[in-house]
Amino acid sequence: MGAHSAPEHRRERAASSLPARAGVGFKSVHLAEIEAEARDVGFFEIHAENYMGAGGTPHAQLMRLRKDSPLSIHGVGLSVGGAEPLDREHLGRLKTLVDRYDPAAFSEHLAWSTLGARFLNDLLPLPYNATTLAHVVAHVDELQEALGRPILLENPAAYLRFRSSEYSEIEFLREVVRSTDCRLLLDVTNVYVSATNLAYSAEDYIDAFPMSYVEEIHLAGYAEDVDEVAAPLLIDAHCAPVADAVWRLYDRALARCGPVATLIEWDNDVPSWPTLLAQATQAEAFLERRRRVVEDGLKSEALHDDLG
Amino acid sequence: MTTSADVDQAAFVRALLEPELPPPNELETPGGFPPERRFAVYRNNVCVGLVDALAERFPICAQLVGDEFFRAMAQCYVRERLPRTPMLFEYGDAFPAFVSEFEPARELPYLPDVARLEYAVGAAYHAADAAPLPLDFLRAFPHERLDSATAVLHPSTHVVASAYPIVSIWRRHMSDDEMTPVELDHGEEALVVRPELAIKVAALPVGGSAFVDALRNGRTFGEAMNAATAVAADFKLIDCLRELLLTGAFVALSVAH
Repeated sequence: MGAHSAPEHRRERAASSLPARAGVGFKSVHLAEIEAEARDVGFFEIHAENYMGAGGTPHAQLMRLRKDSPLSIHGVGLSVGGAEPLDREHLGRLKTLVDRYDPAAFSEHLAWSTLGARFLNDLLPLPYNATTLAHVVAHVDELQEALGRPILLENPAAYLRFRSSEYSEIEFLREVVRSTDCRLLLDVTNVYVSATNLAYSAEDYIDAFPMSYVEEIHLAGYAEDVDEVAAPLLIDAHCAPVADAVWRLYDRALARCGPVATLIEWDNDVPSWPTLLAQATQAEAFLERRRRVVEDGLKSEALHDDLG
Repeated sequence: MTTSADVDQAAFVRALLEPELPPPNELETPGGFPPERRFAVYRNNVCVGLVDALAERFPICAQLVGDEFFRAMAQCYVRERLPRTPMLFEYGDAFPAFVSEFEPARELPYLPDVARLEYAVGAAYHAADAAPLPLDFLRAFPHERLDSATAVLHPSTHVVASAYPIVSIWRRHMSDDEMTPVELDHGEEALVVRPELAIKVAALPVGGSAFVDALRNGRTFGEAMNAATAVAADFKLIDCLRELLLTGAFVALSVAH
């Protein structure tokens, strides 16, 4: 990304060195095809917890993948939004993994998943208030301290809200960023899912999001259910192509933040490699159009300077 | 220190795990509707995700009992025992014991041991890497000193002894061959090793698992032999060594001076 396209208050030290291109979630079933083709994918992302064994195929594959492509490590189990202290052992495992692969970015979720040494395997919601803010800030600080780098924190998909919330999600994320100097991973599908389920405007959310801290975007397909009055209830299922409405929202986000690393997440009912690659190509087209807009803007600026 | 958030998350988890409980009362929906339907999304995510993890971990058990039965059984396990860490590849360590106590599965008495074998295969998949001893090294090893030698086993080495032919069952379900029935009239002792990246499952002669366990505990080959013959008087040492060598189960041999 050119220096001119960076918003003025972007931090000096970026949390992510991912290229501003489209990447995909890595699935081992795709490795042969990834290696056989010239891999026109900007980066690959893995779930940290799948690579915490001592050895074997997972690490052998990841070493091969890592040789030629930037890597993003995405944690799904640290319980950053938990009321309990972070699991130190798990923090140690994350550090080992990050030290070993030196990924271009590390991200985690604004959610919780562990209580009393029981792991619930879901990204559970938290109210946004002073108590939970203190927990999240302490946990992000501790994580960044352990990893020795700033992390990206991802906005969740929501199905409900809490009476005890005192902040909006965006206010809450801003507070976390302000206190910890972490950066943000904007999951555009989660925005669409939450906005639909909680009946607010996804466009307004995108327009208000602190884009200068966004260093990665996630896009995924959702599953559709219905709510109490047969209106759509969307489930963040990572099981389908990206929906048209989400592509439009993505373009709206890019218009505000400029081209940024964008991941296609497809974790369940994993598609064929060509199908997954086609999604990345589609994201790449949006990024390319946005790059041209930025370049055209710079050219006319230069022209203006010449004339001036 | 217990804060209100601690209490809230504990209530949230209780309601997640016990469908007869109402959702925590601090939740609300945009239309002011009762939150049950939306809270069910989380209940479903937790349960389905963990059942899926078990189905992935125990695919042959799932084949043996059928998908529907397996998922119902796995759901009971999930309710009883959540993962203790976020590493789902470790989940299910107590599943074989659970299966052996699961009344509706009693008709398949070999099921718990097949589950043990599948758990061992999964553990071997993620075990540490190590270079197996080359066969040449072993050929050159002075045979007369084997008795007092000790071995370092490959970190992926596991044994599962069963009163049922679990290796035959495992092989039949792993192959694409037409299903031929397995005679259930004998037991088998399974050896699992992942010397490079591919998993190897072999049948050891009776007493072989006692032999391997003794070696793993630092016993000499002579002592391991005694442990094996205590199980099977006619323990076939040569057959056992052949399987261990061919699967790459030895990483080092040493003789005490």
